[in-house]
Amino acid sequence: MTETAKRENVPAPRPSPTAPRTYRFPHFERMTLPNGLRLVVAPVSKLPLVSVTAVVDAGASTEGEGQNGVAALTAQLLLEGAAGLDGAALTERFERIGTSADAHADWDAATVSLTVLGERLPEALSLVRDLLRAPEFPEREVARLKDERLAELLQLRAEPRALADEHFSRAVYAPSARYAAPAGGDAASVRTLTGELVRRFYAQRYRPATTTLVFAGDVSVERAAGLVIELFDDWRGEPMSPNPRAVDASPPTRLARVVAKTDAPQSEVRVGHVGLPRRHPDYFDATVMNAVLGGLFSSRINLNLREAHGYTYGAFSAFEWRRGAGPFTIQTAVKSDVTGAAVREILHEIERMRSEEIGTDELTLATSYLDGVFPIRYETTAAIATALSNLVIHELPEHFYDEYRMRVRSVTTEGVLRAAQQHLHPDQLRIVVVGDPAVVARPLAEIHGAPVEVVTPEGAEVAA
Amino acid sequence: MQIPIETYELDNGLLVVLSEDHTAPLVAVNLWYHVGSANERPGRTGFAHLFEHMLFQGSASVGANEHFELVQRAGGTLNGSTWLDRTNYYETVPSNQLELALWLEANRMGYLLPAMTQQKLDTQRDVVQNERRWSMDNQPYGSWWERLPALCFPPSHPFHHSLIGSMSDLDAASLEDIEQFFTTYYTPDNAVLSIAGDFDRDEAKRLVERHFGPIPRGKGKPPLPDMTLPLSLGGPLREVVPDDVVLPRLFLAFRSPVFGSEEYYAASVCGAILGLKKGSRLHRRLVRERQLAAEAQAFTYDLTKGSDLLVLDVTARPETSSEELERAVHEEVDRLRDDGVTAEEVARAVTLVETELIVALQSAGDRADKLSLFATYFGDASLVNVQGARYRAVTAERVNAFARARLGADNRASLLYVPRETVNASTSRELAEAGAR
Repeated sequence: MTETAKRENVPAPRPSPTAPRTYRFPHFERMTLPNGLRLVVAPVSKLPLVSVTAVVDAGASTEGEGQNGVAALTAQLLLEGAAGLDGAALTERFERIGTSADAHADWDAATVSLTVLGERLPEALSLVRDLLRAPEFPEREVARLKDERLAELLQLRAEPRALADEHFSRAVYAPSARYAAPAGGDAASVRTLTGELVRRFYAQRYRPATTTLVFAGDVSVERAAGLVIELFDDWRGEPMSPNPRAVDASPPTRLARVVAKTDAPQSEVRVGHVGLPRRHPDYFDATVMNAVLGGLFSSRINLNLREAHGYTYGAFSAFEWRRGAGPFTIQTAVKSDVTGAAVREILHEIERMRSEEIGTDELTLATSYLDGVFPIRYETTAAIATALSNLVIHELPEHFYDEYRMRVRSVTTEGVLRAAQQHLHPDQLRIVVVGDPAVVARPLAEIHGAPVEVVTPEGAEVAA
Repeated sequence: MQIPIETYELDNGLLVVLSEDHTAPLVAVNLWYHVGSANERPGRTGFAHLFEHMLFQGSASVGANEHFELVQRAGGTLNGSTWLDRTNYYETVPSNQLELALWLEANRMGYLLPAMTQQKLDTQRDVVQNERRWSMDNQPYGSWWERLPALCFPPSHPFHHSLIGSMSDLDAASLEDIEQFFTTYYTPDNAVLSIAGDFDRDEAKRLVERHFGPIPRGKGKPPLPDMTLPLSLGGPLREVVPDDVVLPRLFLAFRSPVFGSEEYYAASVCGAILGLKKGSRLHRRLVRERQLAAEAQAFTYDLTKGSDLLVLDVTARPETSSEELERAVHEEVDRLRDDGVTAEEVARAVTLVETELIVALQSAGDRADKLSLFATYFGDASLVNVQGARYRAVTAERVNAFARARLGADNRASLLYVPRETVNASTSRELAEAGAR
């Protein structure tokens, strides 16, 4: 190409920011009803919308032994029949007022959430009351949702990304740990679930004292509280305490496993190990450390794998924050023939993170990003409701969101190095690749220093 | 719901849309260039999208990896995307960083070429080829992205070919292509700049003039070939694709009225009656009652020229054969066309869509993108404020008129994915027939 630029003008010099305007996370108030039901309300009057999230302490980690998936099934079944209305009728009631309810359970909570025009809030909340207090769990719908979950699991067998996630969890946790299996249960456990188990789980976990109603948007504290008292004040029942389930890690050794997908044009790669529980005291150091390593687009791992080598469309790392220690995962998808090289670069970046302090420039890139982007994260009523739900689920300090930006800015290069040295464990890495064993097994074995396991998507070992 | 909108044009033809909202100290900058994969020349499929990647590789005053870094360091989010008929670039930043976002966008609109190198092109080609593998080649059903438009638009039509591009066409892309594409399409008179959020109107105008004003107007772009299409596909068309999937999945597409036309809204409501959320006909009948399908939804492409597409997307349950799936979906379409929809069904759909329209205005970034959309396609950003009314004006009669005109057998294109191992003699025959067409 010629050196002549298209335009002959001279570009303006790089501008400087003006003075920042202050931002406060939306003010919210809490209340507790005499029956133990809690209420969190954040009035935000920008558009005539309200987001409501009912948070119930009924996540997958509260399931009893041998009932994997009952939490998710119970939450979904709330929408399939309640207070004399069948699932189709409930759906119609929600949709007629321009909304739809999402009900699901993840590890730490079951949630029912919706966003609705403020004027429709009473009708919507009355329906939420029916779901939470008077679900019917009809046998036909129990059978249908089990079948749909089994269909979904079958579907995931052919989906390299989901397959990689599932095999990675199994590689990171001991087989006895609840976190080893999917939150929604696997095929074997889902088949054993019954309407009776669902009803019992509901009776134990869905109670006023385990439930918090979160409101964010065009609603006053008085109006929200009035509606909640009217609809929930006479809800009775004591929850039974959940059985704490183990979150044991697999043995602290390295492991390399290939999930065979013959002729795959690309390898789905997961590298990592057990991470930290959400309320770990190093939360901020670990968050900034992760941002530099692989959390940002301009992180070390993404710049290395994508921008320097062109191995991938993207490479990222994350701590998955749960009440128990969730996984720390580095993930990417790379062209099959560079799988070994890409994993080598990932291991190199982990080592580099642990062996020397990051530069001040890298630190400020991460901290000023996390600091500056904070208001952008809470532009929608649904995002504010989710943030407040997390406050409830993890029992975070009342001023967590007010102090978040200051805490991020206080992280130092020493803190990041310490977090890397204490919370990244090169000797315990689990390396899981969904890809073509003929192409990837040998280079991975070279890096691993030992033969790699090769398994089928179903998990059976095959001869390497 | 009305949002404030001010539109004006710079001397160089750049259309500027401003929408103030001071609820939070953040501002969105959003640029639409009126160029997409439809503008690619033969042998260069995927180029518009590859070019989008190159716009993040720096410009005269911005280093190789600096674009992302500067925005993230400022506490902002950013990205870009390419579609059949447009390409957009956007960032949301703290409001005191508005000038940085404008400067970055103006620098690459005005002064991109000095930063382009063969090495950057080669790396982004690798990245894009990996994006293709990730989103299509190694993804169950992934090829629908290029198979469906190929089935519904004739080979000569600008919407027929692949947006992500073929590996060989991507390999062929050169720096000369970059220069030519940039000079032709990345000009102020082929773009819309929207700013939404917390800014001072006079200050924003001053900054826009300062950074974008000096960029000269383009020399015009070559016209697209005639986009006009018959209302009907002249079908039925059918393609069976054996794939590494477990469950059959059907994409059933209809040519439908272009986005923005009066009849588009009837088509959109018809799609919502069939496939928006769990109260829709396909979900109620096929997922809940008959339990033949695991999932069902409907969507439109929202194309403004030639023809839009209304698409039904239904995935089978494990015990449902592809033949049963296909028959059941066609039955629902026939039933709607023969018996019509009720006023209650229209009301449900319109109420849901209206809430979605308001929800979509919550974030500054989404708001700015909608303003750019209406300004780019119709020269009138304020159309964002009448979408609710246009949906509310749809009646059951209009939906039924649309269904009678457009949901007949002659206007149906089936793209049917079947598990590879269950491909039997009969589907192979169908495949051969589809291939011969």
